[in-house]
Amino acid sequence: MSEWILETKNLTYQYSAGTPFEKTAVEDVSIRIGKGEFIGVIGHTGSGKSTLIQLLNGLLRPTRGQVLLNGRDIWQEPKKIRAVRFQVGMVFQYPEYQLFEETVLKDLMFGPKNMGLSDEEAAARAREAAAFTGLRPELLEKSPFELSGGEKRRAAIAGVIAMDPEVLILDEPTAGLDPRGRDVLLAQITQYHKKRGNTVLLVSHSMEDIGRTAGRLLVMDHSRAAMLAPTKEVFAKGEELEKMGLRVPQITKIVQELRALGCPVDPSTLTVDDALKQLIPYFKQKLPGKEAGPHAV
Amino acid sequence: MAFIDIKDVCFSYDLEAGVKKDVLHHVSLQVERGEFVALLGHNGCGKSTLSKLFNGMLTAGSGQVLIDGLDAGLEENQLEVRRRVGLVLQNPDNQLVAGIVEEDVAFGPENLGVPPEEIRQRVDAALKAVDMYHYREHAPHKLSGGQKQRVAIAGIIAMETSCIVLDEPTAMLDPRGREEVMETITRLNKEKGITIVLITHYMDEAVRAGRVVVMDDGRILMDGAPREVFGQVERLKRHDLDVPQATELCYRLQAAGVNLPAIPLSVEECVGMFREMLGGRADERMDS
Ligand SMILES: Nc1ncnc2c1ncn2[C@@H]1O[C@H](COP(=O)(O)OP(=O)(O)OP(=O)(O)O)[C@@H](O)[C@H]1O
Ligand SMILES: Nc1ncnc2c1ncn2[C@@H]1O[C@H](COP(=O)(O)OP(=O)(O)OP(=O)(O)O)[C@@H](O)[C@H]1O
Ligand SMILES: [Mg+2]
Ligand SMILES: [Mg+2]
Repeated sequence: MSEWILETKNLTYQYSAGTPFEKTAVEDVSIRIGKGEFIGVIGHTGSGKSTLIQLLNGLLRPTRGQVLLNGRDIWQEPKKIRAVRFQVGMVFQYPEYQLFEETVLKDLMFGPKNMGLSDEEAAARAREAAAFTGLRPELLEKSPFELSGGEKRRAAIAGVIAMDPEVLILDEPTAGLDPRGRDVLLAQITQYHKKRGNTVLLVSHSMEDIGRTAGRLLVMDHSRAAMLAPTKEVFAKGEELEKMGLRVPQITKIVQELRALGCPVDPSTLTVDDALKQLIPYFKQKLPGKEAGPHAV
Repeated sequence: MAFIDIKDVCFSYDLEAGVKKDVLHHVSLQVERGEFVALLGHNGCGKSTLSKLFNGMLTAGSGQVLIDGLDAGLEENQLEVRRRVGLVLQNPDNQLVAGIVEEDVAFGPENLGVPPEEIRQRVDAALKAVDMYHYREHAPHKLSGGQKQRVAIAGIIAMETSCIVLDEPTAMLDPRGREEVMETITRLNKEKGITIVLITHYMDEAVRAGRVVVMDDGRILMDGAPREVFGQVERLKRHDLDVPQATELCYRLQAAGVNLPAIPLSVEECVGMFREMLGGRADERMDS
């Protein structure tokens, strides 16, 4: 069979179909996602990202078109849709509302137990997932309601990771995290992705975060899939992105301007580290200190 | 007299069985009328807690919170304090109360006793300011995350308080939406003299404030102009924070021995500096 783990064919979704409030949130989207890919999903607010990913894990049923998981239509047997939700794990936008148990630990055990694991196995999974997201162990015995915004976020992500899904979809997981928390979480997701070889879809409004993690980008624009291409190719189209309410990462913007000034830097540079590798030698040669006479141009 | 005057405030949450969680430790902070302050700090350091003291949603355990001279801890001052300080909560779902967007935005001003005709105007203006006028008859719970956030902001703008505290208002917005909200905030501050306290985890937003206050574990760690605070790159990183990418790039270029005239805080500043530094010379290179 195909190596496409997820595929959509002419996927369309309308909220309140047939009423005066009908709203087409996803329109005619046909995309393919390979096994083990790390896909970034970007798009203006209201472009249909959250709706699309809820279609991918069977939380919403298409108005038209299909979602194929490992080549099979997920709605072929509607009774088995629950199984799809274990395979395609989803961390919602505002996942803090997924927390409802008495303690954080119980919350993290909920998914694994639902999948049929014993209490012991579920607890082990929960602790592993908590460590993975950087949730301090002493918080596990607390009520989810006592956590700060950022702590709740980590807990909610841990709850899905505890189910060890084949496809992990994260809807803006780093929104609200402090810079270090964001860095750590992204690094951990990247690591987890490398180690498990699972497929990851990361929805984000931070072009900087997307730039340093995703291999390919899906760009949603007014309910449609406007682009699906390697990250560097997408961020090379700064003007098109601006029209869609998006931007290139700040560092990419800087190198592109530098290039316009004649500096031979790769215009699709996506991280500060990468930029430095090119710019340190360039500037040292170009702008030697006064005392560094021999190298002066 | 400072508009917001926090004097030696401690705050703890009561957990069950008489256990307390100490969150704020002897915090003192003064914000002058018309200032634009960015409040930063790691997750759980107490930013949201502090912000709720500003409008009386929470009451200090010890110490004093004075808003425009009114003790925010006193029950009888509640309404007057809320007339002065509008708070956009961290999660818009906690703020949206009505079944229709425009009713939601009207809720705040109604509670303040604003006459109906004026409410109409304020609601329309506020919805336009956040580019959600088009959605005025929609149901808030059916909006996307970023759309809800805009409606929540409109709700506070419509109250026309002299101070607006925004708890991570751009966390769910797309890049253009973030720029628009930042422009709206800046405009309210510059044109209407509204005092702004902006809680954010985006360093590139914080550099646009006039003053940056950094919290750490319930205490105030740094307080100064953006240039002072963001000049301390290593220190910020030690406390789980960061600097804008432009600042990081130039700071590390300098550390690697490249002579730069300054450390910029934004992309525009950075590009401007590079242009000045190598405009002419880079062109020569292109020609050769
Ligand atoms: N339950 C609902 N009923 C009706 N319309 C909805 C519902 N949920 C979302 N919509 C609409 O569908 C469109 C797409 O929403 P969606 O939440 O998928 O956007 P998004 O790209 O995730 O946006 P954001 O970046 O703000 O999270 C929006 O215009 C939104 O108003
Ligand atoms: N209602 C509550 N009951 C008990 N503890 C709480 C409550 N709300 C917050 N806390 C705790 O108080 C501390 C400060 O929380 P607060 O929400 O003020 O942090 P914050 O700086 O806003 O964090 P974030 O950046 O994650 O939003 C955290 O350790 C949190 O766990
Ligand atoms: Mg969304
Ligand atoms: Mg907070």
